[in-house]
Amino acid sequence: MVDKISVGYTHLSGCTGCTVALADNYGGLLTLLDKYVDLKYHLTLADVRHIQQVDVAIVEGSVCIQDKLAVEEIKETREKAAVVVALGGCAAYGNITRFTRGGQQNQPQHESYLPIGDLIKVDVYIPGCAPTPQMIRNVCVMAYLLLKGTKEQKDLATKFLTPLMQLAQRGTSACFCDIMTEVINQGLCMGCGSCASACPVRAITIEYGKPQGERDLCIKCGACYAQCPRSFLSMDLVAEYEGIQEAIDAALQ
Amino acid sequence: MRHSSEVIEMGAELGKYKTCVSARSSDKEILKGAQDGGIVTQLFAFALEQGIIDGAIVSAASADEPWKPEPIVATTKAELLAARGTKYNISPNISLIKEATRSYGLDKIGIVGTPCQMQAVRKGQLYPVGLRDVGDKIALAIGIFCMENFPYQSIVQLVEDHAAMKLEAVKKMEIGKGKFWVYGKRGQVVSLPLKVTHKYEQPGCHVCLDYVANLADISTGSVGSPDGWSTVFVRSKKGDDIWAKAIAAGAFETKPIEQVKPGLELVTKLANEKIEKNKKTLEGRKTFGVAKALRNPYI
Repeated sequence: MVDKISVGYTHLSGCTGCTVALADNYGGLLTLLDKYVDLKYHLTLADVRHIQQVDVAIVEGSVCIQDKLAVEEIKETREKAAVVVALGGCAAYGNITRFTRGGQQNQPQHESYLPIGDLIKVDVYIPGCAPTPQMIRNVCVMAYLLLKGTKEQKDLATKFLTPLMQLAQRGTSACFCDIMTEVINQGLCMGCGSCASACPVRAITIEYGKPQGERDLCIKCGACYAQCPRSFLSMDLVAEYEGIQEAIDAALQ
Repeated sequence: MRHSSEVIEMGAELGKYKTCVSARSSDKEILKGAQDGGIVTQLFAFALEQGIIDGAIVSAASADEPWKPEPIVATTKAELLAARGTKYNISPNISLIKEATRSYGLDKIGIVGTPCQMQAVRKGQLYPVGLRDVGDKIALAIGIFCMENFPYQSIVQLVEDHAAMKLEAVKKMEIGKGKFWVYGKRGQVVSLPLKVTHKYEQPGCHVCLDYVANLADISTGSVGSPDGWSTVFVRSKKGDDIWAKAIAAGAFETKPIEQVKPGLELVTKLANEKIEKNKKTLEGRKTFGVAKALRNPYI
């Protein structure tokens, strides 16, 4: 179809969990590929790994700066894409790869892993470990509407994607501490418990109405802060939740 | 970036709704321990019985501390009945929303919460960052009117220090007619002027611009209706469908909201009071320091 957007998928130091989450849209993924997306390169799903010119490049994994190929690939990804999306905690924040100290066979010298935003400009973040199939689906549909939709659809997609673009501008570090510094310390926490639900490693409990983090368990994926209704919330957008959900469902029929 | 003063337009203070009525449960047993009209308990009991939900996240009483709410997944009417009544402090109901689909295995979740918790539910559906396979399992989200909430320790302070009652000896708490009411099991009643309670409020409540849970499927609260009745807003398609079934099954007695006192006029007044007050707080946050702002959560 002529109206498809071209998408590439650069796979760096990530566990393929993000790819699995994308694939876990099942029929939805097939509809995406069928109607909206021309997948130009993807190590596992397309068996093409050389980086090409695309509208949107999705990046899974962090960059090992001792791995010359990885460094070249992330730079080339940026040069050849209009929009770069950091998919998952590793690409966005380093996530579990932040804890790496090298010493692993067969490349023991590979010890320094950086979120991609430390080497290139990133446009959109999708935090979390793993990011959820539904979050990836919603962002894909919105990205398509932004590039190919009507004026009204573009406005909606802009509203939807703006907070994820602001997350990308905010920085390359994430931690449960963000809930402390950006929410509780700012007098914004109302104890709903979203952060505790979002945490993939159950590092957060709610004690006497406020989040309590077991910081040694935190893998730095960024899910808690991004899920918090007091990190970002567009009142106009969220008021339209029923219509937006219906539009996304209809798009994937 | 939008200015906070533009976030809520005038006339939008009650949110979108399809119908609004004054209602109470037609089940005597539910009404007996209900805060007002027993709407939440009755709706969940009906939805459970009909298979509309598999269970509901509600605020039960903590086993360890009196009047401390503890979110639970209720899957029987007995559990719902045990959780009746308002506990005026924070119950982190959203903390169970993923777990309800995991170890409890629910495919159709009911959840009750304050307006901010309904915002969390809808954000979780639009941006399910860490909520895999949760969003489409929310079958019924009931919102409760909320002016503000309190930390548990504030309730201890208010009841034990200001009202001089033991929390264990309290039968019911209520905010109404400009006062915080504490009813003792032996029949004693103490009321505190809200002037006393204000400083104990949860700070995070002061940036909230929603009084009547605009984002719930159905929202309810005592304000606007006579004693023993509740005001009910039916908002979403899902809510409309479930409410129609509950009415057809005779689960509720209803009266047109136009025919009850004090009616929607009071709801509108209180909603605007809350929104105006908190807009001022948001405005003040912009110039809180010297050329330094506190963070605005609304973008």
